Amino acid sequence: MIVRIMGEGQVRLDDSHLTELNKLDDELLAEMESGDEEGFHRTLGSLLGAVRRLGDPLPDASLEPSELILPSPDATLDEVREMLSDDGLIPG
Amino acid sequence: MSGVMKRMGMIFRAKANKALDRAEDPRETLDYSYQKQLELLQKVRRGVADVATSRKRLELQLNQLQSQSSKLEDQGRKALALGREDLAREALSRRAALQQQVTDLETQHQTLQGEEEKLTLAAQRLQAKVDAFRTKKETIKATYTAAQAQTRIGEAFSGISEEMGDVGMAIQRAEDKTAQLQARAGAIDELLASGALDDQSGLAKDDIQSELDRLSGGTDVELELQRMKAELAGGSSSSQQAIEGGTGQSPSQQQPQDTPRFDKQ
Repeated sequence: MIVRIMGEGQVRLDDSHLTELNKLDDELLAEMESGDEEGFHRTLGSLLGAVRRLGDPLPDASLEPSELILPSPDATLDEVREMLSDDGLIPG
Repeated sequence: MSGVMKRMGMIFRAKANKALDRAEDPRETLDYSYQKQLELLQKVRRGVADVATSRKRLELQLNQLQSQSSKLEDQGRKALALGREDLAREALSRRAALQQQVTDLETQHQTLQGEEEKLTLAAQRLQAKVDAFRTKKETIKATYTAAQAQTRIGEAFSGISEEMGDVGMAIQRAEDKTAQLQARAGAIDELLASGALDDQSGLAKDDIQSELDRLSGGTDVELELQRMKAELAGGSSSSQQAIEGGTGQSPSQQQPQDTPRFDKQ
């Protein structure tokens, strides 16, 4: 599947890695919901690192829709929370 | 999966039909990547400048030390000429200490020079890459815009435009989904029929096999008939073929090359 790291690009990931990534992803969600900014940054860093390590980057010329999307490395907890709010990523 | 990744992906997809998202617009993404590359290039260039500045500072220090060193040497020479060997010894020992510093600084200078050369080369390579990326990016953006315009024209023609609202879009999506499912079903049927896919029920393959068996069985009967006819009609011609050196083939031997045979898949 294709995963986009916002502001960075896309990588192609083998489905076999999803279990490992899911754990971090769930952790990230829990930290976001509990408002643990420090933990959120640490887990986001680990998750992005794992995606970069396990995936093959797609060429810049490739225009494929992403199945999963991750916030950019410098995204704050509030920004991500806002993105996931009812308004979603596109205001209005 | 219920984490952040999935939820962000779902939101993107849910909203994508209403508006083209900035982060998912490849043109924006390309521009952003280009911007990041430029920033990186800027950082590398700043690095080169920093190293060059340090190198210059070292060169100045080296010059100062060297002039001090030659001054001490002169002083030692003069002291010796005046018969002050103690003074001359002092000057020379100070000079020796300076020389040690000079050697250390020279080593540092060489290291910095090497770093500078490496960084300069890296900056040049990066510059070339960024330039190439810019060209490629503009080409892709133009292609994407053209494709998008084409899609809009197509949508306008078929009446599926944004003005049709969500209902129209929902119908269109349902139709697309149906067509996709139909195409998929058709493709699966074709694959099963060709034998590329195994039918788990085993029925389709049996049908094909029985048809193949029937056809190949019929062919065998035809072949047998032809062989017998040939035997009856040409007893003398077969001996003629034997005399001619065995290069000729009997009709029954030739037949398999001319008649298509069915192999099991």
